Formats: sequence, structure tokens, C-alpha cells
Amino acid sequence: MSETNARIQSIVETHDVVLFMKGTPLFPQCGFSSRAVAILEHLGVDFQSVDVLQDMEIRSGIKSFSDWPTIPQLYVKGEFIGGSDIMTEMFEDGELEQLMAEKQVARAD
Amino acid sequence: MTGPIAQEMRQLLQQAFAPSALDISNDSASHRGHIGDDGTDESHFTVTIASAAFTGKSRLERQRMVNRALGDIPGQRVHALAIRAIAPGE
Repeated sequence: MSETNARIQSIVETHDVVLFMKGTPLFPQCGFSSRAVAILEHLGVDFQSVDVLQDMEIRSGIKSFSDWPTIPQLYVKGEFIGGSDIMTEMFEDGELEQLMAEKQVARAD
Repeated sequence: MTGPIAQEMRQLLQQAFAPSALDISNDSASHRGHIGDDGTDESHFTVTIASAAFTGKSRLERQRMVNRALGDIPGQRVHALAIRAIAPGE
């Protein structure tokens, strides 16, 4: 496993919910990342965001790690859930909330 | 007018999935000047595709199938590709 893969593995294992995104939750740099943040904030879960624009290794590494070509990417308890389309569809169907409850993720304070 | 990338996507998706319905809409104009707008007018697309190939597949699997069929287009040659992949009867 490459060093970058090991770093990503450790990030997704350390935090219940991880969002790889462009920019930060306060200043998202892309509409899709912005939408992903809005969904997680609405669900009230505690999440770790990783700004791929600040880390070129992760920016390219996450695409092969997840076998997924685009950002944002959501991980819950180490499992890849999907990008912003899947997050939006799951959120609208109530499935994302259900998943967070089933996985017993930490709530935001 | 359909640009070269849209045409290429249509061809690749038709080959891979023999879709019963396929719509590729170019949303680039509404993202002009945003990050990801590369000036080609082919930066943002929404693909809606219906195919029996998606029957019994999860959302994640369907998107992976479409992304794979499109090779280096999603995320590299096209900044944003929204995908709605539907199976017959959905």
C-alpha cells in the first residue's frame, strides 16, 4: 500500500464521517462540495472534512483509493458511500439519515 | 449544438449499455466562471440513462459502471458529471 493510501486509510478509519471536498465547510470551492456539506450539516452529524485542494497527494490518491473519479466523496465508518449525486438521492429518500443512525455515528455538538 | 465530448459520451454509453433512453444535457452555461469552467463549454453535464444493465445494481455500482464506461472523461476532461442511472420499471 502506498504512503498516500495509508494516509487516506488512516483518515477514514479515525473519523466516523469523512468528507473529501474542494475547500472547507465554511468556504466550499465548488457547488457539489457545498451541497455535500449542507446535507451533512442538515443531518447534524459530526464530520471531518479534508480539503483536497490543499493536498495534491490526497487529491489524486483519493480517486484511485475509492475508484471514483470526482470530488466530493463521502466515507462513513471507513466505507465509501458515494459522491454528491448519491448523497443527494440518499438524503432525499431518507436513506442517508437511516445509514447514519444504523452506523451510530457521532452527532455534531 | 452538441459538442465533441457530449458526442463521445453518447457513443460510449450506447456501446456499453444499449440504453432504452439516454439524455445528455450540457449544464456548462449555468456554471460559467465557476471553478471547473475550462472555457470549452463542455465542463458540466447531466447524464440520464435507462438500461436493463442497471437492474439489481446499487446506486454506487451504477455510477461506477457509467464512470468506467466513460474512461477518462469524468473528473478529468469534464469537471462535473451528474449521473442518473435507472433500470426499467423504476
